[in-house]
Amino acid sequence: MAETSPRTMPEGVAISLRGLTKTFGDLTAVDHIDLDVKRGEIFGLLGPNGAGKTTTISMLVTIRPISDGKALVNGFDVSKEPHKVRASCGIVFQEPSIDTTLTARENLELHARLYGVPKPVRRQRIEELLALVDLKDREDSLVKTFSGGMKRRLEIARGLLHHPPIIFLDEPTLGLDPQTRQYIWQYIERLRKEMGTTFVLTTHYMEEADRLCDRIGIIDHGKIVALGTPKELKDFLGGDTVVLQMANPPLDAFKALPFVSKVDVREGAVWLSVEKATANLPRIFQAAGAEEILSVEVRRPTLEDVFIRHTGRSIRQPEADAGEGWFGQVMQYTATSNR
Amino acid sequence: MSEIEGLYAIWLREFKVFQRERSRVISAIAQPIIWLFLLGGGIGASVDPDKITGSYQAFLFPGIVAMSTMFGTVFYGLYIVWDRKIDVLKEILVAPISRITVFFGKVLGGATDAMITAAIILVLGVALVGISPVGVLTGLGIALMLAVGMVSIGLTLGAFFESMEGFQVIVTFMIFPLFFLSAALYPLAGLDPAMAAAVRANPVTYAVDAMRGALIGQSYFPIALDLLVVGLFDVVMVLVGTWAFRRMKL
Repeated sequence: MAETSPRTMPEGVAISLRGLTKTFGDLTAVDHIDLDVKRGEIFGLLGPNGAGKTTTISMLVTIRPISDGKALVNGFDVSKEPHKVRASCGIVFQEPSIDTTLTARENLELHARLYGVPKPVRRQRIEELLALVDLKDREDSLVKTFSGGMKRRLEIARGLLHHPPIIFLDEPTLGLDPQTRQYIWQYIERLRKEMGTTFVLTTHYMEEADRLCDRIGIIDHGKIVALGTPKELKDFLGGDTVVLQMANPPLDAFKALPFVSKVDVREGAVWLSVEKATANLPRIFQAAGAEEILSVEVRRPTLEDVFIRHTGRSIRQPEADAGEGWFGQVMQYTATSNR
Repeated sequence: MSEIEGLYAIWLREFKVFQRERSRVISAIAQPIIWLFLLGGGIGASVDPDKITGSYQAFLFPGIVAMSTMFGTVFYGLYIVWDRKIDVLKEILVAPISRITVFFGKVLGGATDAMITAAIILVLGVALVGISPVGVLTGLGIALMLAVGMVSIGLTLGAFFESMEGFQVIVTFMIFPLFFLSAALYPLAGLDPAMAAAVRANPVTYAVDAMRGALIGQSYFPIALDLLVVGLFDVVMVLVGTWAFRRMKL
């Protein structure tokens, strides 16, 4: 494994991008991205369709040549040492790339051999992963008989099989049922904990990004428009909102509170923009004094809100008018998934 | 070491796919037999018996073995186009093995398919046209040499084509002249000079000639020359194929 050890990058950095650019004719799909992903980090790339997520990943796994800039993956330059980059990576593609003429087990064995997983480890790891993605009872069935969701699960198992230091997951849990998604999240976290594996994933599921990712980069029109931990990104929106239902709100008392930045009255309720709402709730109640509070609601900004703020649209919105290609495949997945 | 493991992995995958496609195996065996009886029977009736020794069917048989080998192997390149279309190729191309290994794995896979069909046809030839068991073995060796070069051509073309239709048109356009100019169906002696020159320029001719020498003891050129030409053809095609695979895009 000496070949896959890090080099030429500061300790603790798994992926380093400087001015990474990809152009297709006049179109700039990826526009001078600078980014460092730390070792052992779970990094999420969020963005609407056509934002450049998949193109970025394709360049990092050496499928597409880069147009400009520099990308180091596990210390290896993707343009100069593609072979070593590939040996350092595991990839779960957005489009299915499972061989349907082979059985589930044969697909995993093929992958293990291609990636030089030693024989004694191979069998045990294949068992472990088949169990993880719940395909143990179908291991000897040809993949062509599988549903879309089953193929997806097998694909994930395959990407994790050779325990690479860096794993790229392009929309990994698309079309999977909530339970399987939970399992896969747990396995990702376990691999990170036990092996220090770095993950880069793209996803459309906000709760997935929020729950799983240490840091998130929001990408739009080929540029990273926001970068930070889920909490940082949400805090950037200005904290929480407390909605109070009350007959005679003491608006001036609320405005006087140091942690309240804004007071609004609409829809028959008082809307307070508040820092650390849960911690400050008792003080809000004190400020209300003798006035009766009928109901209280604390709203936290979601990543969805962050996304809308930075890209000007909802992450799910572009899906509605995407006709074919990417979206068609997504729909196929969802439609053929029996779970 | 991992390159060898990778080579084996690719070969094994190709072999399993071949095994599972029964129709491919059956047609690969049925087609030569149809040619042997229908073409051999029909044309054989009107062939001048002074021009060839023995029956026309026996004369035709080595050419049919060569035909089966060359058609099966060139069209094998179609699987590369297909694998790329359904994204299976991506898994292999992003693996940490060299493109050269991928190419040789595919060559081995295609050659194995061709060897299995050739072996069955040759064994049938023992019963049909009286080939000796030694002939079966040497015939297999020659079929292998022809297969390596022809698989390489198929894979080279497959590396460039994105559509199955485009591949098929070009291969059909190329393979029929190669076959008809190989003297698989007629003797080399007594051709008019232009035709004879074209036949002599075709590397497949030498494989057919060697096959004929090995199976029924009638070769036009010295066997050593035949093997040399086919061997050179293999080397050139393998070099072209590895070049094509190295620059192949997904």
